[in-house]
Amino acid sequence: MDKMPKWADVILTPLISLVLAFAISALVILAIGESPWEALKTMVTGALGSSYGWGFTLYYTTNFIFTGLAVAVAYHASLFNIGGEGQAGLGGLGVAIMCLFIPWTHWSLALIAASLGAAAFGAAWAFIPAVLQAKRGSHIVITTIMFNFIAAALLNWALVNWLRPVGSMDPASANFPEATHLPKITDMFAALGIEWGTHTPVNVTFFVALLACVAVWALIWRSKLGYEIRALGRSETAARYAGISPVRVTVIAMLISGGLAGMMATNNVMGEAERLVLNNVEGAGFIGIAVALMGRNHPVGVLLAALLFGFLYQGGGELALWTSIPRELIIVIQALVILFTGALDNMVRAPLEAFFVARRKRGDA
Amino acid sequence: MPAADTMGGGPVSAPHAAPPAIELSGISKSFGPVQANKDIDLTVAKGSIHGIIGENGAGKSTLMSILYGFYKPDRGEIRVNGRAIQITDSMTAIRAGIGMVFQHFKLVRNFTVLENIILGAEDGPMLRPSLARARTRLRELAEEYELQVDPDEVIEELSVGHQQRVEILKALYRQADILILDEPTGVLTPAEADHLFRILRGLRDEGKTIILITHKLREIMEITDTVSVMRRGEMVASVTTAETSPEELAELMVGRKVLMEVDKQPAAPGETVLSVRDLRLVDDEGVERIRGISFDIREGEIVGIAGVSGNGQTQLLELLGGFPEKGATVGGEVVMNGHSLDLTGTKSDAATRRARGIGHVPEDRQDEGLIMDFAAWENVAFGYHHAPEYGRGVFMDRAAIRRDAEAKIERFDVRPPNPDLAARNFSGGNQQKIVVAREVERNPDLLLIGQPTRGVDIGAIEFIHKRIVELRDAGKAVLLVSVELDEIMSLSDRILVMFDGLIMGERQAATTTPGELGLLMAGVTDTENARDEDGIPPEHSHPVDRPDEATPRPEGGH
Amino acid sequence: MDINTIIQILDSAVRLMTPLLLACLAGLYSERSGVFDIGLEGKMLMAAFSAAAVAALTGSVWLGLLAGIAGSLMLSLVHGLASITFRGNQLISGVAINFLASGLTVLLGQKIFALGGRTPSLTGGGRFGAIRLPFAETLEPVPVIGPIYADLISGHSILVYVAFLCVPLTWWLLFRTRFGLRLRAVGENPASVDTAGVSVTRLRYVAIGICGVLCGLAGAYLATGLGAGFVKEMTAGRGFIALAALIFAKWRPWGALFATFLFGLLEAIAGRFPSIDLGIITVPSMFMNALPYILTVIILAGFVGRAIPPRAGGEPYVKER
Repeated sequence: MDKMPKWADVILTPLISLVLAFAISALVILAIGESPWEALKTMVTGALGSSYGWGFTLYYTTNFIFTGLAVAVAYHASLFNIGGEGQAGLGGLGVAIMCLFIPWTHWSLALIAASLGAAAFGAAWAFIPAVLQAKRGSHIVITTIMFNFIAAALLNWALVNWLRPVGSMDPASANFPEATHLPKITDMFAALGIEWGTHTPVNVTFFVALLACVAVWALIWRSKLGYEIRALGRSETAARYAGISPVRVTVIAMLISGGLAGMMATNNVMGEAERLVLNNVEGAGFIGIAVALMGRNHPVGVLLAALLFGFLYQGGGELALWTSIPRELIIVIQALVILFTGALDNMVRAPLEAFFVARRKRGDA
Repeated sequence: MPAADTMGGGPVSAPHAAPPAIELSGISKSFGPVQANKDIDLTVAKGSIHGIIGENGAGKSTLMSILYGFYKPDRGEIRVNGRAIQITDSMTAIRAGIGMVFQHFKLVRNFTVLENIILGAEDGPMLRPSLARARTRLRELAEEYELQVDPDEVIEELSVGHQQRVEILKALYRQADILILDEPTGVLTPAEADHLFRILRGLRDEGKTIILITHKLREIMEITDTVSVMRRGEMVASVTTAETSPEELAELMVGRKVLMEVDKQPAAPGETVLSVRDLRLVDDEGVERIRGISFDIREGEIVGIAGVSGNGQTQLLELLGGFPEKGATVGGEVVMNGHSLDLTGTKSDAATRRARGIGHVPEDRQDEGLIMDFAAWENVAFGYHHAPEYGRGVFMDRAAIRRDAEAKIERFDVRPPNPDLAARNFSGGNQQKIVVAREVERNPDLLLIGQPTRGVDIGAIEFIHKRIVELRDAGKAVLLVSVELDEIMSLSDRILVMFDGLIMGERQAATTTPGELGLLMAGVTDTENARDEDGIPPEHSHPVDRPDEATPRPEGGH
Repeated sequence: MDINTIIQILDSAVRLMTPLLLACLAGLYSERSGVFDIGLEGKMLMAAFSAAAVAALTGSVWLGLLAGIAGSLMLSLVHGLASITFRGNQLISGVAINFLASGLTVLLGQKIFALGGRTPSLTGGGRFGAIRLPFAETLEPVPVIGPIYADLISGHSILVYVAFLCVPLTWWLLFRTRFGLRLRAVGENPASVDTAGVSVTRLRYVAIGICGVLCGLAGAYLATGLGAGFVKEMTAGRGFIALAALIFAKWRPWGALFATFLFGLLEAIAGRFPSIDLGIITVPSMFMNALPYILTVIILAGFVGRAIPPRAGGEPYVKER
């Protein structure tokens, strides 16, 4: 028998972990002499209290859905992809090339091309670690870390030596042409005559992210490929017994993972900055780890966790603006969420399991 | 005192002179909801060899791990040499003079023998003096007890038998008076096992106490002075070996009369289905696992491969099933129904083999045959998930798979009949039924089946054997690999014996004897004039004499 | 390139390799005991901050050093709790530790000094000064040997010499003592140690404790030896380069010395020559910066000498059932 009912495993455990993470964050806020209650109020008001706040929250959420799904897909194949940062960065390069070098007539065509470009570049950046893991057994965690740094160097080089407009001192590409600018959600509301989220960056890629959630769900739980990915993730010997090629599935899972991470660039590079700048990912690749862990690697969980982190991100910015709490607080919260939902999972789980086992024993007696 | 006369030593001759070496009373231990030991009492006399026998999961290993301080008992008292002690960790056990040789060796494989010996028993903070003393002591022990082993050899270079010697030496180096051995012969050839028994007798005659955990009745009868039987976590009997019989022990072990003749008609073999020629396999460490073997299997016959585990049978099954160990080099020819099978490249995988009509019930159902976290219904499609009836295109037809799973569960009487339960929550026998149902109902032209009844309860064994025979009677070919001689003998029509990657000989099941096969298993090919007693005594063929747990592959080796 | 330029580059390579060497040896203890540690970066950062903060507040670099070690040890303890006691995922724990350090250092720095996460610049007793070895001045005029001794070997801060001494010390500890034998065993097969009556948990905690101390030294050197105070994110990926060096070194102490020297040299060269003109092509500085990572990937790929990590690495020890 399973030790716990499913609901306890899926909902109760992450919830308790989250509460613990927030409790410690509150202690940290207290320790720096601020009021956690005030901080929370500022964050909620700033992130959720107005359509302006929501506009930013959802913009960040979009980023985190992509990177969270990226980590989740790889995790199902038992691969810990912490290269989302580099893959998303390279995705930005893909977007920039698509937007700068091809004259588009309509944003929708540009978005499709940019998505493909972003996914292709992100996937390409995941490809080498994937092949090395599958064929040579090189630990993918280490190789993806290394590839994050190599990506940063490569982007730096591309921006300085190649994409930088003549005469500019700024290591950034030229602005993307008008035709590639994506419609903001605020514009869509405006078309309906509703004023919502003026001057916020959330854009049409939010819907792409939602579609990606559905696609990942169908991939993992409904498709044959997903079945193979999950089987490989549980046991490689068993996968080989069943005729599933570990090399093929490892590489495909990582390509999908890298592609999803890369697609984040359609939001931040194409939808918001409208040009490629240095360090455009700003840690969203790493937040994907927290998002996937918290969301138990399920698209619904990832969506909810991404929303939470979107809220934290926007709220953290507001904190820095209105209080003397630096926005690095959210990095601490992020660290604690990863710690409790990921690494200290057993600390929360073991007493819960003992509780349910004891309860069942009493029930049997 | 009949035991004393036959065993040639006085273990039970003076039972009241000294307090018993081990006295357990009321030991209980549960792991979560599973109660592994229930209120166990056990007394072991000083200077005797005591056997503990029982079926899979009876709780033998747990009990001994408690005695060695590896697990803490929930309740109960332990007395060693008459003194009550709390064994909280292995260090306490070692200090109390208890040594243990685990089924999976606890050796560091890239350390030398000497380094392994002193690990945890060093004389001081510096290594050099400890190593020097161990070297001298090792030489003494080697001469005393026939335990020769090169102290400077690295563990991974040693044979399994030698690794086991290192484990015994480790215990003796720590001055163990009470030595526990958990399934020590599972990985040994008959000759190595005989050597081990000589060592054990020598140790006993020196006054040491030995506890032997095994599921093999032959060993109990051959070497122990007294024996205890465990069943489902309880101690059901403790008797003097000389006063009992294998039949009585077998009945105590399973709790009912054992009746297990496989009911089958003589085979009527047809066309050749599988033809193997000069098959070779070298693993990624350069060890030749299969060294040029050739054989045929025809329609309507069961060919059994007998042998001590680790002689290439596993590699043979995996190779034919399409998933040889990574990094292995393969050569030779395999022809299936007239088509040559690719042995390398992308068309040598398990999916292609299935498409060619080869079904496979693998040796290790938990790590190969099933995904333990998947629900039963998902496991029913495992390996066949691309089959058109389970969905065309990229998606799986979950409803179709479920329907099939429910039908299979019903036909194979899988309990509980719940297709949503994860595979890990079924008992060993029911897990195996799921695998057998999946593979047999595909009606493969050739069924590969490895250790079909390992860790499976009696009822399920009969059921699974029946299905295998039915498949044969339907004109299909079956290749059976088992380390259990009785299973091979009762199920097969023809028997091949593997030793050291070679086929030592072929015998007809109807006319061969366990003794003859035992000699072949030990690598002796000239068995024409062999008497039964030279090989494995007839007791070995007793039906309940079968392995207990997963492949006893030593942890330190590979 | 004249001899002085070479000596200068080597000299700066020695300075730059010191934190890498300390962190690499730190990782060596942890990983040899079977605990993967990708949190070296975070521990160094935490140590750099605590060392600089305490040195700035007290004016004593030695108190700063102690604080640095304490800060790093605290995170080691978190890692131990997660990966040893609660048998969690060691990689995830490492990731968390890196973020924790990255956030906490700025939060605390802002709270204490209100300089946007920086600490005030350290001067005088707040920094580790250079040590002039005996006869440095006497020997200085001697050609070749003089400058090598006076500038390259002499004139570093105490922590540089400590780092170099740690190499033979680690080797001796690992291969000549009881502790080393057990440490190596627990990283290869913890069950062998457990059944020998030695506590796996204690051994691993000791190992990550040593790891914490060494990371503490590395971080303290960054903030009070190499630099003069703490700056946000000042480790700048050095923890990961140390990790790369550890793989490069195949988890061996002398290898660690060689690998970190190589990586320190690359950094020194990249720092001195922003781009290197090789005639046919110009090697950009970004390439030099990325080279340690690229080399590590090549090593990991096993094309040049395969790196096999300790066998039980990354796996929490659970007694089999």
